[in-house]
Amino acid sequence: MATTSAPGVGLLKGLGVTIKHLFKQPATQMYPKQRPDLAPRTRGVIALMDENCTVCMLCSRECPDWCIYIESHKETVPPAKEGGRARTRNVLDRFAIDFSLCMYCGICVEVCPFDALWWSPEFEYAEYDMGKLLHEKEKLREWMDTVPAPPMLEEGAVAPAEVTDAIAKKEKELEAEAEKQREASAAAEAPKSKAVESGGGAPKKADVEVKGAGEIDQETFDKLIAEGKSERIARSKAKAAWVRKEKERLRAEQESAEGGAEGEGAGEEAAAKPKAAQVEVEAGQIDQETYDKLIGEGKSERMARAKAKAAYVRKERARLTAEQETASAEPATDDAQADDAGAVEGADAEPAPAQKVADVHVEGTGEIDQETFDRLIAEGKSERIARSKAKAAWVRKEKQRIIDEGGDA
Amino acid sequence: MTDLVLEQAVTFAAQSASLLTFDSFLLSVAAKIAFALGLFFVVPLVGGYMEHKVMARMQHRRGPVEAGPFGSLQLVADGIKFIQKEDIIPRAADKWVFAAAPGVALVPGMLIFLVIPLGPGVFALDLELGLFYALAISSISVLGILMGGWASANKFSLIGGLRAGGQLIAYELPLILAAITVAVQAQTLSLVGIVEAQSTFMLPGTDINVWFVFPQIIGFGIFFIAAMAELSRPPFDMPIADSELVFGYMTEYTGIKFAMFLLTEYGGMIIMSALMVVLYLGGWQLLPGVPLPGCDGAGGLFDCGWLGTLAGVGITLGKIMALVFVMVWLRVAYPRLREDQLQRMAWIVLVPLALLNLAVVTVAKVVF
Repeated sequence: MATTSAPGVGLLKGLGVTIKHLFKQPATQMYPKQRPDLAPRTRGVIALMDENCTVCMLCSRECPDWCIYIESHKETVPPAKEGGRARTRNVLDRFAIDFSLCMYCGICVEVCPFDALWWSPEFEYAEYDMGKLLHEKEKLREWMDTVPAPPMLEEGAVAPAEVTDAIAKKEKELEAEAEKQREASAAAEAPKSKAVESGGGAPKKADVEVKGAGEIDQETFDKLIAEGKSERIARSKAKAAWVRKEKERLRAEQESAEGGAEGEGAGEEAAAKPKAAQVEVEAGQIDQETYDKLIGEGKSERMARAKAKAAYVRKERARLTAEQETASAEPATDDAQADDAGAVEGADAEPAPAQKVADVHVEGTGEIDQETFDRLIAEGKSERIARSKAKAAWVRKEKQRIIDEGGDA
Repeated sequence: MTDLVLEQAVTFAAQSASLLTFDSFLLSVAAKIAFALGLFFVVPLVGGYMEHKVMARMQHRRGPVEAGPFGSLQLVADGIKFIQKEDIIPRAADKWVFAAAPGVALVPGMLIFLVIPLGPGVFALDLELGLFYALAISSISVLGILMGGWASANKFSLIGGLRAGGQLIAYELPLILAAITVAVQAQTLSLVGIVEAQSTFMLPGTDINVWFVFPQIIGFGIFFIAAMAELSRPPFDMPIADSELVFGYMTEYTGIKFAMFLLTEYGGMIIMSALMVVLYLGGWQLLPGVPLPGCDGAGGLFDCGWLGTLAGVGITLGKIMALVFVMVWLRVAYPRLREDQLQRMAWIVLVPLALLNLAVVTVAKVVF
């Protein structure tokens, strides 16, 4: 009566509402004949992924009804590496949930740190015998097949690490494949140049398949460390960067070798060689100036050494690139220039004396750098690889020596 | 002497001939009893099924679906179930009264079907005092309810029974006053006669044939509300108010006795609807002034062929079911009244209105 409508209008409205609903579809779900529409994360039954279970007992302890029974024994696992310590591991013997006690609170599922317990929407496991509601490990594992896939991530959410890793891995694989194809096509072209090149190209081609033995790209590593990445991440990315660079270098080498072979023949072989030194700068030396500066700034020795090393590598590379630039400018094969275009700024940063560049011409006759060779062998490289790298190192050192002499003079 | 009694009895009865009257007296009696019992046990089940279904759909449910096609045999299944149930009589109960109560409530329902006309000639008896008979007999049901409430030796039952008594007395009055008004207008107490009167009733000054529901719309409303209250149908179900009284006078009843009370309620719905159809809605006429096919008789109501007879029965039953539907509709839409609201409504609103209605109709009857 508080409303302003005339008396009796409410009664008619009530009749209107009920008659309207008479013609609506009933909400009843004809359950035994049709499956009910359940919410996607319905709590029907608890499933166990027993491979994930570490017998941490959290679920059993958190269960308000104490309806989870776990039994296990310990097993000794031999050490993963020789000389390691043997570990003990819990092995699940029994995992049972008594669904006649369970109140479906889901605390066990929430609390499981290893995703061993899951909710499944299945609910048709009523029994005439109460004891049959005690589901053992095997039965709980069967329910696992009915667990729906996890829900999709929100729009714009950060992808999980597993997914990004997998994508990165796949990309790398694809890249390697493309690389192989390129290599194959290069190999198809190779025979003509090889004939002219007199064996100089052969070892290089073998090198295109880069085998890293833990070498890292110090520059990348330092940059990532400086950006605050963890050491693990930085190291792995630096490794990848090293492999990339190495590949690039080898490819460039090959291309220029071919270019040279086609253009002027064997005469250019030596000119192409120095390029090998462009990227592969011997690690282990440090830029003393940078080191001192950083120590002076109070950086830790480790950090200072790493940065100084990187500085050395940078300087060295810039210098070598600049040298090469001018060297290859005279033979003037276009693609060689294009390859090294990126390095020009480096050349500007530390200009090398122009007249010296012409002198950097090392004739290798199979000499190897014993130090490098020994190191690589010690690292478990094959003799072939070690030898070729050591050769390259020798050439580099020799060049360095010549330049140093030239600089001094 | 016996001849005289018989002659008087014949003059009370037999206003018009029933199709069920045969040359053999026993055969006639058997046919009429079969007719009344058949009506009583079949039509209420149809009404009950409709109540289940309509109420369910109005509440977004499906109602019975399993027993029989579309659940139509649900009430039959319920009846079989009730027969199988244990028949419990409380130790403190007044055994004989307790056992007799459902019968006392049920039998009047059966008896009323004797006088209800379903179609041209389709009735057991056409008593001259048909309307009086129907109202008098229907009042007996309350006796059964009071007996059940008292004999159960249960406070809820007793309160339910007394509520039922108070409610039935209160609503009997407007119900009878509204019915009297119709009798005044029709100038007869015979139910068949009232139907006939409606087929010849013209709006004053015109030749437009109308049913009594038009001049007596107020009387129809009063009769409808009072009938619902008589039957203790929601929203007038205070006697069995589940939330207060468990199940009122039926609390202690189980099995077949409980089923009899339920059948009384469903039968009552049919009886009251049938009375409304006869008193206000023109009986077996399809529309006002439209005679059934093949009927000549008075006002085109009698001497029909079998087609017209069947059509008449169908029309009457259709109208009855429509009224039952409205009762179910009201039940779903409205909450239960409070006891004081119920009594106030009867004594302060309905009784004066019914008296006024009677006075107005009587005056109008004399004037026109």
